Amino acid sequence: MLFFVLLGFITAVLVPLIKKISDNFLSWIIPIIPASIFFYFASFYYQIADGEVIKVSYSWIPSLGINFDFYIDGLSLVFAMIISLVGTVVYLYAGSYLKGDTRLSKFYIYISIFMSSMIGVVTSDNLMTLFIFWELTSISSYLLIGFNHEKESSRYSALQALLVTGLGGLALLAGFILLYITTGTWDISEINKMPAEVIGSSYFFLIVIFILLGTFTKSAQFPFHFWLPNAMEAPTPVSAYLHSATMVKAGIYLMARLNPAFGNSILWNDLLLVFGTATMLFAAVLSFKQTDLKKLLAYSTLSVLGTLTMLIGIGSDLAIKAFIIYLIAHSLYKGTLFLVAGIIDHETGTRNIEKLSGLRKLMPITMIIAVAASLSKMGIIPLVGFVGKETVYASVLELPIFGNYLIVITILANMFVVYITAMVGFRPFFGKLKSTPKNPHEAPFRMWSGPMFLALSGLVLGIFSSLFLNKLINSSELGIISERLNIPVKLWHGFNLELLLSTITVLLGLFLYFKREYFLKFVASFSSVKFVQPSYYYQFIFDGTLSLAKYITSKIQNGYLRFYILVILLTTFSLIAYTLHTFYSFNEINIGGSVSVYEVILAFILIISTLLAVSAKSRLAAIVGLGGVGYVIALFFLIYSAPDLAMTQFSIETLTVILFVLVIYKLPKYLSFSSTTRRIRDIIVASFAGLTMFFLVLVISGTSLTSELKEYFIAESYPSGKGLNVVNVILVDFRALDTLGEITVLAVAAIGVYSLLKLRKKDN
Amino acid sequence: MRSSLILCTATRFLLPIILMFSFFILLRGHNEPGGGFIGGLVAASAFALYAISHGVTYAQQLLKVNPINLIASGLIIALSSGLFAVFNGSNFMQGYWSEFKFPVIGKIGTPLIFDIGVYFLVLGIALLIIFSLAEEEEEIQ
Repeated sequence: MLFFVLLGFITAVLVPLIKKISDNFLSWIIPIIPASIFFYFASFYYQIADGEVIKVSYSWIPSLGINFDFYIDGLSLVFAMIISLVGTVVYLYAGSYLKGDTRLSKFYIYISIFMSSMIGVVTSDNLMTLFIFWELTSISSYLLIGFNHEKESSRYSALQALLVTGLGGLALLAGFILLYITTGTWDISEINKMPAEVIGSSYFFLIVIFILLGTFTKSAQFPFHFWLPNAMEAPTPVSAYLHSATMVKAGIYLMARLNPAFGNSILWNDLLLVFGTATMLFAAVLSFKQTDLKKLLAYSTLSVLGTLTMLIGIGSDLAIKAFIIYLIAHSLYKGTLFLVAGIIDHETGTRNIEKLSGLRKLMPITMIIAVAASLSKMGIIPLVGFVGKETVYASVLELPIFGNYLIVITILANMFVVYITAMVGFRPFFGKLKSTPKNPHEAPFRMWSGPMFLALSGLVLGIFSSLFLNKLINSSELGIISERLNIPVKLWHGFNLELLLSTITVLLGLFLYFKREYFLKFVASFSSVKFVQPSYYYQFIFDGTLSLAKYITSKIQNGYLRFYILVILLTTFSLIAYTLHTFYSFNEINIGGSVSVYEVILAFILIISTLLAVSAKSRLAAIVGLGGVGYVIALFFLIYSAPDLAMTQFSIETLTVILFVLVIYKLPKYLSFSSTTRRIRDIIVASFAGLTMFFLVLVISGTSLTSELKEYFIAESYPSGKGLNVVNVILVDFRALDTLGEITVLAVAAIGVYSLLKLRKKDN
Repeated sequence: MRSSLILCTATRFLLPIILMFSFFILLRGHNEPGGGFIGGLVAASAFALYAISHGVTYAQQLLKVNPINLIASGLIIALSSGLFAVFNGSNFMQGYWSEFKFPVIGKIGTPLIFDIGVYFLVLGIALLIIFSLAEEEEEIQ
């Protein structure tokens, strides 16, 4: 199991090696990876459909309860199969779409990382592991949206998606931690068994808000929806895969996954219902003015994501059934339509629907695929989309009080979805042929075979829905609600209210499509006001943060080293002085004890060197003075039996003097820049720091320090560390991890110094 | 930089001695004062001395490797000394010691390898900074 979940990461490492053979070889061979993952998960189908649940666990950080726990039930299986199936199609498609592009291998690396992360999200049973995979999907999405990173709009959109989903991710982490505090376990399957504890918890409100912030941002629910249409900057295979079929459904998945624990609370259900419905309607209406094929599809994806959220919010058996069917149907037809949009873009050189028309004779196969997917999306019998829409309507109608209002909203939203589908699936192919930037011809095999397969699956799943979907939905542990559903899935339910509503929706949508020009004029009269757009607030916060950061930087890091030192000294010593003042009194200071002659002499040299350094008229003299201070301190270390420290101090002092000497050649002669008031200020700060340090040392030498660690290290140094030098054993053995961290920091600092110096050289 | 004949000649003899000494400090660190950090600094000062007497270019030629590579290999050595335990099925950075006592060096163990990593890293860092500063200064002159 672990192998198949992590296979994408392994692939990502291997891609550069396979690329060495040839790009063409890579793009033909690599679809095997998602295909093998698909067959692996498909092999669980009968087990899961018989109501079994598969649990596999690999320990990772057992002391924190964080493990690779995998859990596969009906919900996970559906998601995992969608991810790997659409993945296979997209891998194959991209090989042709990006043919000849030098970044092809980079694309496969990013998308493989994404696929594995996504599989990880839907199979993890551990909240922490899920969270890590969740964040990995955000990061790979960032890389993929910004794939054309030379374009500024790509970079902007990539950053926007990362910031919005990343912010949600932080909220999600907070929610998970609170959930852990409440239930005492990271296991999702355990948490789902204790809804009473979760709902009764005093943190419940916060948990719901945090988790929903995470899922709403990820699944682009209103008011966080704005990043998704912008994410269409990504290459089309990415949009098809991440931003319609899989990643944006991660939030939906998580809400469905946690529904057994939260589903009984009114807060959870109402929030999902309200925001889901709002997204469904809002996105559908916003789509009306779009002319870009991919943006149109993005808005219809938003609308569907809203519908899915709404269905979890309704939470009835029928709604959950509708949820699963609609989810499968949408992934199949929307993935297909995106890929069709990609084909059109690739072959004609434009995605603007105003410029596209009459392609049916030039691209007959693409047309068949597009029409098949569109019919499914419109909910026309006998495709799976029809089953999906029927069940959605049925579950909405079932709602007791506001079902009647909700059905109107749902029909309105779906009317727009039908409109979008007509615009994307029909309009480019029918009517008169228009000239396009490129001469269009039929797409190559690899580009149409995958979408064709997806479109056909939609047909097969529709006609034989009782065969494939029925068993999975009714007898497997879906994990969304605790009972098993017992509602057979059928294609044909007879002439009933839902069928009537479906027909009305399609007719309304087509009406809107044919009267488009008329309605567009009508819409244009309302120019949208910018402060009602959530993206306006995003931009406001984004710009605000940047200018605040700039302001603070200009104040604190003004480029004058002396000012930095002043700030550092003042902060550090004010804190120390405050602590000393509050927790210690001067009575505790014990100035007893004898002073040896050496110490007096050394102290004398120390003072002289300090005065020399301060009053020196040349830099060299000042450096000599400072060096003197350093060596005297090293001698003090020696007297107080710390030979290691003393040796280090000696070598450091020597090297520092060398460095100083190297640097001072470049500095101009000493000049008097600072005014007398400034000097007085500096003297005051310096004396304050010195005096505070003085009292600190006095207080420390007066207090007896007892430390168990000290005794432990001294006692264990030889038996465990096999060394007599306790200091060194601590550095390289007991606390070697700290040392490793420190030397890493040192290395990074050295590279920083080096690049600063080299950069300066280039400028000159 | 004008170099004095005495300094030049003395450095030629001093350099191997200081380097030997730095290695000695590194090895004795486990039982007596010393260790990779100090050893690395001492070795760096040897090369710094050479750079002052003969000029940076000669010092770089003498070192043969780029200080950045020294930093990288130091980090890798330190890290791999910790990974050794992982491949042996125990925790990261768990110490392992050889049973056999080598002449002069004594027992070899992962903490010693870690210390060697620190030695190279510190040497690399100090030289990287000294060389880049000194290079600039030579250019100015």
